[in-house]
Amino acid sequence: MTIEFDRNGVSRRVLLRAGAGLAGTALAPGMIIPVFAEDKPAMGTWPAGSKGDTVTIGAAVPRTGAYAAQGEDELKGMELAVQHINEGHELIKKIAPKVSKGVLGKKVALVVADSGAKPNNAVQAQQRFINENKIVAMTGSTSSAVAVALNKFADREKILYLVAISGSNDTTGKDCARYSFRQCFYGETAANAIGPVLLKTFGKDKKAAFMTPDYTYGHTVTKSMSEYLAKHGGWKMVTNQISPLGTSDFSQYLTNIANSGAEFIVNVNWGRDAVLSVQQAKQFGLTPKMKMVIPYQIPFLAKETGAELTEGVFAATDFWWTLGDKYPLAKMFVEAFSKKYGYMPEWGANNAYMQFATWARMVSEAGSFYPPDVIKQYEKGETFASTVGDVHFRPEDHQLVRPVIIVRGKAPKDMKNKEDYWDVVEVVPGAPLMQKPDAFGCKLGSYT
Amino acid sequence: MLNWGNFVSQLFNGVVLGALLALIASGLTIIYGTLGVLNLAHGAMFMLGGYAGWLAYSYTGSFLVAVIAGSAFVLLVGVIIERVIIRSFYGRPHEDQLLVTFGIGIVMVEAARFFFGSLSKTVPPPSGLVGIVDLGFMMYPTYRLALLAIVAVALIVLYVILYRTRLGMIVRAGIEDSGMVDALGINVHKVFMLVFGIGAMAAGFAGIVNAPVVSVSPDVGEAILVQTFVVVVIGGVGSFPGAVLGGLIAGEIISITSMFNPGYAYVMLFAAMTLVLVLRPYGLLGVAGRE
Repeated sequence: MTIEFDRNGVSRRVLLRAGAGLAGTALAPGMIIPVFAEDKPAMGTWPAGSKGDTVTIGAAVPRTGAYAAQGEDELKGMELAVQHINEGHELIKKIAPKVSKGVLGKKVALVVADSGAKPNNAVQAQQRFINENKIVAMTGSTSSAVAVALNKFADREKILYLVAISGSNDTTGKDCARYSFRQCFYGETAANAIGPVLLKTFGKDKKAAFMTPDYTYGHTVTKSMSEYLAKHGGWKMVTNQISPLGTSDFSQYLTNIANSGAEFIVNVNWGRDAVLSVQQAKQFGLTPKMKMVIPYQIPFLAKETGAELTEGVFAATDFWWTLGDKYPLAKMFVEAFSKKYGYMPEWGANNAYMQFATWARMVSEAGSFYPPDVIKQYEKGETFASTVGDVHFRPEDHQLVRPVIIVRGKAPKDMKNKEDYWDVVEVVPGAPLMQKPDAFGCKLGSYT
Repeated sequence: MLNWGNFVSQLFNGVVLGALLALIASGLTIIYGTLGVLNLAHGAMFMLGGYAGWLAYSYTGSFLVAVIAGSAFVLLVGVIIERVIIRSFYGRPHEDQLLVTFGIGIVMVEAARFFFGSLSKTVPPPSGLVGIVDLGFMMYPTYRLALLAIVAVALIVLYVILYRTRLGMIVRAGIEDSGMVDALGINVHKVFMLVFGIGAMAAGFAGIVNAPVVSVSPDVGEAILVQTFVVVVIGGVGSFPGAVLGGLIAGEIISITSMFNPGYAYVMLFAAMTLVLVLRPYGLLGVAGRE
């Protein structure tokens, strides 16, 4: 072990020195230089991570805590994607045509750890995976606090990071990273998509109480939402109830809202916090008198609270299984997922699946596991097929340009089957919803 | 600007939350007071009561059966754990006791996750207690009002057991000096087993009666455990009246602070605990020199 490490250390240093010059010339504008594997300096886990016949991806998902249910769902999406990549499934091939029973001739393996939705745990787990498994990419997060931490870690360790669920504007904004890519919607796009629907349905000059979880996700989503509603509809935020992640008793917060004169509750809470706050808002008699709005949809929310409590609730989301009627790839995904796991996938699973499929596409198109090659492939911004139609990455901030789905909770009597909780009201094209790439302060780091 | 309606509402919220904390804390405090073991699995007992109750509810549809089954199951679990594991740890250092009860808690939480998954389980309140009551100063969920009454009754029952029965006398004597009780020829082991069971049951009972308010999930006991510790420290270790007083104080601190800024609710709670530790290290109603 020690001897090996020493040998690597020497060769790495030599290679780095040699590579620095090369990289400099390669980056000179207008010059195209053919790059051979042996010219590339070792970095991160490259090339050790892709030397064998298997490449490994490290996932740190919450399997405990307030986001555990969503973490498990996300993990299932990853597992299905890995299975599909390794067997060359037709759905994967629609997204990544060059995949055939693995990526670049190598099988993909997944290693998993529980993050508890805590940034420290996630970073420690990934560090362990880098040391022990020489992972070529990492993923996981259902909390933007984790996503932001892994963004920084990815840039430092030069390991690709496939962001899982993360709704904060910061993830591809001020905390964006060269090594990180986000597929899902986020505060700003959610607000710009659901805002017009709310104003059209309920009119102008309303009073809204916000419920905000106390971390980057909550604060940025609340900011985007309240600003949109104030600017375009004159809505007033009468109170903002900020609660720590993992709150279980919301009675104090709800009492404040009851006395605030609000007509709407914009509930930004997520995971179990959302389930409990929705249930307790009903217990306190706030809903349905006050209308509940959910700007960032939570997988399993309706399943856990029961459809009675989500009836009429507007929410912005990333994916809903009835989109199978509109998008053929969504239909294939929903069928494959529900066949394997016995329930309809929620958006976290779809997002995880698409992140893996996209990674497989980028690696196989680039023809290399060398991280800068893969990143540059993403940054070409090529259009590719997804479960929500054609999409592409923005090279400036590594955010996927994709539609946001507006749904409305169905009444129990209107449900056609036991998982038919939401009506898709509108599929809003993504590009116009997004801020300018530099508006949230994104400055990508270096490749090497 | 102080909104009086909101202030009174929050005061009331504080009582309801405080009563629940008092009940859970009283279980923790009598176990620690009598056995000298700080039970870090107490939060898991709370969780276990919720799940056992939920299971009973889903088979019978009766809330009453759920409450009885939930409490009885946790009592049984408590007795077994004391007999099989805790008993071998009385003579060992506190660190070992902390580690073993912490471990028991983890095992129980993961077992619940294994059998029931991470999606939370809801137990609806009994049909007569659904809905909202107009209290004049605020609208309040009927079941939460009932919960206050239920918990108050449970606390009275605990009081009667501790202060009006022979078992209670032995327990109280044990809290003062368990060595002396042993020397008097009382079978301390049997009493310890019962105390651990009853202490656990207090948490389990709280877990199931709280299930209609906060639906049950594997982690539900985690936050409760921390708050309960604060209550015990404020009230005084081993003191039943201390647990009740501490619970109410903690509930009010959380509620009243929340009215101004919920973000500081726990800061204030821990500040209060620190203040108590500095001014009265053995707690408000604790007695100096108790182990």
